[in-house]
Amino acid sequence: MSLSLRRIWGLMFRHIALYRRSWPRLVELAYWPILQMSIWGFTANFLIQRGGSNATMIGGAVMGGVLLWEVALRSQMGMSITFLEEIWSRNLGHVFVSPLRPWELVAALIGMSMLRMLAGVIPAIALAWVLYAFNLLSTGPVLVLFFANLMVMGWAVALGVISLILRHGAGAEALAWSVLFGITPFSAVFYPVSVLPHVAREIAFLVPASHVFEGMRAVLLDGHIAWDELVLAMLLNLVWLAGAILIFRRQFQVARIRGALISIGE
Amino acid sequence: MDAITVSHLSKRYDDTLAVDDVSFSVARGATLGLLGGNGAGKTTTIAMLLGLLVPSSGSIHVLGHDMARNRFAALARMNFSSPYVSLPSRISVRENLQVYAQLYGVRHTAQRIAELARELDLTGLLDRMAGELSAGQKTRVALAKSLINRPDVLLLDEPTASLDPDTGDLVRSWLERYRAESGCTILLASHNMAEVERLCSDVVMLKKGRIVDHGTPQELLDRYGREDLEDVFLDIARGRTSLEART
Repeated sequence: MSLSLRRIWGLMFRHIALYRRSWPRLVELAYWPILQMSIWGFTANFLIQRGGSNATMIGGAVMGGVLLWEVALRSQMGMSITFLEEIWSRNLGHVFVSPLRPWELVAALIGMSMLRMLAGVIPAIALAWVLYAFNLLSTGPVLVLFFANLMVMGWAVALGVISLILRHGAGAEALAWSVLFGITPFSAVFYPVSVLPHVAREIAFLVPASHVFEGMRAVLLDGHIAWDELVLAMLLNLVWLAGAILIFRRQFQVARIRGALISIGE
Repeated sequence: MDAITVSHLSKRYDDTLAVDDVSFSVARGATLGLLGGNGAGKTTTIAMLLGLLVPSSGSIHVLGHDMARNRFAALARMNFSSPYVSLPSRISVRENLQVYAQLYGVRHTAQRIAELARELDLTGLLDRMAGELSAGQKTRVALAKSLINRPDVLLLDEPTASLDPDTGDLVRSWLERYRAESGCTILLASHNMAEVERLCSDVVMLKKGRIVDHGTPQELLDRYGREDLEDVFLDIARGRTSLEART
């Protein structure tokens, strides 16, 4: 294994060791996605019972929306909270004086974000299948692209949150839980972009998730893959991620100038 | 070549000059004591040496590497220990050491951890949670972490703070032996003057961010006409010059 991979693995191992010793932490990962799936699953069932064949498809789209939105949420939270764990344990001083490069730190956070997301979302997908006969995997291989796009968007937002924490200290940590909820109305998770008012539609166009969910509805409701939406999602994600990386790099350097890396947990 | 060369180093935070035109060097294999009262600039200087903090001006070279341009090459051969920076408390001592062995690219990790555990009397603690240890045990674990990569340059911030006299003495003996065997260069910030006299070949005295005196412990004792470094420290902290102290 190269030295770089060893360093990335080293930081991931520190967090995996934490989870393998703590069942409450593991339960917490799956708790919210399962709760969300339960609530929206019953809601979808109610719609299906009252609305006939169209409602079945709409109910499926709602459940698909819940599950896929959890992918973005868990990816963003997974990355931000893994970084916060280092602050809470007052370990950042040791991490930043090791030969771990900032990009390796980000790679380790992304690795942990993927593991945390899978640990949270897989039980919810299984629950949707067992309780509500909704099989997200039936959307086919395009599901991989939906997942990938939502994960990348989550990472871009998480890098923004981490940059704010570097800039403003642990006082900005509440954003790790709340920031993505602010984007939800423009992500068109449960409804098409066309129902939004004009200004909101313009904003939604710039949000990668809105194109993913339009693509998801195209598969679930119309049975075709909306490649144009997926390409737009990918391009927007590239822009979001590039912007987030630039902001992170800048804030990391500013933190080194202001001494924030020494006092970040205080 | 010196292991550490610091030239005209300054750090300004808004209106505060935390470190003011500091220059010193540490020869390979030497131990330098960085002394000064609270707010003298010791921690700021160490943070700049470790690349945690960017200097406002001046330069730092560690093991021939310019810390402004190539800090990671130096950091792989350095390490650091401070009772004020914690190790993750909810994983075991062994896991902590495994993490840092990976971060520093240590080969034969299990063997190195066993070796350090034997030398620092940690064998019985390896599978305990780091957070369950006493302050003294934590300090020994932090020391083990700082030696995991057999560093060529070791920065220690009050390495024996919170240790009982017996354990403190063991740690000092161990550091002396490690330096003699490995040729490691040590920079030590401490308020324990007996420790500084015992371990350090050179001492830099800081006050309000500036170097106010510099020399071997014996040179400082002679200059101030004192019996121990504690009195020299007090003379400097209270603004007495070497001449005033002698008269």
